[in-house]
Amino acid sequence: MDMIIQASYLIAAVLFILGLKQMSSPVTARRGILWAGAGMVLATLVTFLTPEVIDSAQASTNITLIIVAIAIGGGYAWYSGRKVAMTDMPQMIAMYNGMGGGAAAAIAAVELLKASSEAAADPSGATTIASTLGTDVAILAILGAVIGTISFSGSIIAWAKLDGRLSLSRILPKQHLVNAVLAIATVGFAIAIYFSADINTIIIFFVLALILGVFITVPVGGADMPVIISLFNALTGLAVGFEGYVLGNAAMIIAGIVVGSAGSLLTQLMAKAMNRSVANVFFAGVGTDAAAPAGEGIEGVMKEIQAQDAGILMAFASQVIIIPGYGMAVAQAQHKIWELTQILNEKGVSVKFAIHPVAGRMPGHMNVLLAEAGVPYDKIYDMDDVNAGFKNTTVALVIGANDVVNPSAKNDSSSPLYGMPILNAFEAENVIVIKRGRGTGFSGMENPLFFADNTKMLFGDGQKAASELIQAVKEL
Amino acid sequence: MIEGLAAIYIFMLAGFTGYEIISKVPVILHTPLMSGSNFVHGIVLVGAMFALGIAETTTQQVIGFIAVLLGAGNAVGGYVVTERMLEMFNPSKEKTKGEES
Repeated sequence: MDMIIQASYLIAAVLFILGLKQMSSPVTARRGILWAGAGMVLATLVTFLTPEVIDSAQASTNITLIIVAIAIGGGYAWYSGRKVAMTDMPQMIAMYNGMGGGAAAAIAAVELLKASSEAAADPSGATTIASTLGTDVAILAILGAVIGTISFSGSIIAWAKLDGRLSLSRILPKQHLVNAVLAIATVGFAIAIYFSADINTIIIFFVLALILGVFITVPVGGADMPVIISLFNALTGLAVGFEGYVLGNAAMIIAGIVVGSAGSLLTQLMAKAMNRSVANVFFAGVGTDAAAPAGEGIEGVMKEIQAQDAGILMAFASQVIIIPGYGMAVAQAQHKIWELTQILNEKGVSVKFAIHPVAGRMPGHMNVLLAEAGVPYDKIYDMDDVNAGFKNTTVALVIGANDVVNPSAKNDSSSPLYGMPILNAFEAENVIVIKRGRGTGFSGMENPLFFADNTKMLFGDGQKAASELIQAVKEL
Repeated sequence: MIEGLAAIYIFMLAGFTGYEIISKVPVILHTPLMSGSNFVHGIVLVGAMFALGIAETTTQQVIGFIAVLLGAGNAVGGYVVTERMLEMFNPSKEKTKGEES
């Protein structure tokens, strides 16, 4: 029986890797998730057959509890995952990821508590968690516990921030200092657990790690959220891999470490796209405190344009480049924008979509939304492919994007965005910006593009503005 | 069962595999892939089931129950969200693309 179980775990791990591999190409991506899903079902089912579980003293109670927990947790996730709007996907990923981190931490907690009570049974007091579990298992159990717990509470904060339930940017003065002290304390207690068997040490350790996860996520600026979610995703993977070693489960080790390394690389790619280091994301907190400039030195006024005039401008353009941002997602304007594109195409206008690597709340977020609306891939361009084309563009239509077209990133070395590659919308003959109001973007920084001579502002909700543009172009 | 050097091999090879998978991915698939890898670490459910399955005290059962609850949420939620996202890459969209170009 053990042989069958181990073989099934191995097959599951292979299915995960092949599934992820297929997900890395648009053609096979759908099959990829089905393969990975099959692996998960297989691994879950054979776990019910594990001899240790079946022969456990409380087998019937425990197995009932497992089924009830799966029904509740899985049922809730199924319902919420089905119901959530496409635009809210990033925060749902954050939440499910946090749940995984929490599960890994809870596994560690069970193991540590078990070891603690075993060690406490030795009256001499010489037995520690390390000697009960063994050096390697103890270290990885504790490491997994720290990482999993931070990922759990951090992801929940990330979810709350993205979902608009939490707008806090700091809890205490000198937050970074507090975090550093807290981090040291957490590490201290982690080491203490290793050398002791005291149950209170374990409890304090988990509480500290929970608070640390909250504290390091709260100051992170909204624009950096994708990087953080990706990082927590990688961390959960690592925690799962470590706890897999503790339980001697090959599927958990392989799947966890694969996700850990893939997630780390993805995090780096994202941070690089914003020209920031991962450390920078944690410690800078762009736009969250006094570091954000008030936009001094920007001269000129925003010039408003009516949809009527904007429509005419676009209908007689030779080329239009549409730059979508999070605002388009919020307004659910992607369908209207695609309709507008089709009407412009009928009038002989060439229309391209330009996607900044970090547009929206996640890399590829905009691509997903445009795909949902039915925009074909060949109209969607990456930053590097489209940037040279802005010079020959009649109209650059910016819808709900801000920081990714902020020229300060190119020419103002005092700007926190300085050095981040941007879409060169400012080079277009005309720039039309659809925006809800005059406020700053998610990073809290003024955008000189909005004050430029060739820029016109079309104020209003993205979907409404797009409908008005469609109307205006149709009437011609 | 899996110890010492063998474990280090597994850790290392799994690490390279993950790196290899991501390094050639087009930007448009970054979000689905992040979501997909989020689903894959839902395998923690299996560990959680094991932990609850061999629980002996009420405390262990309570924590184990929470672990299974969260793990199941990770696995099922991760799957549903990824599947919905990838649904948009279905072949009929490819056809539309062909007609227009």
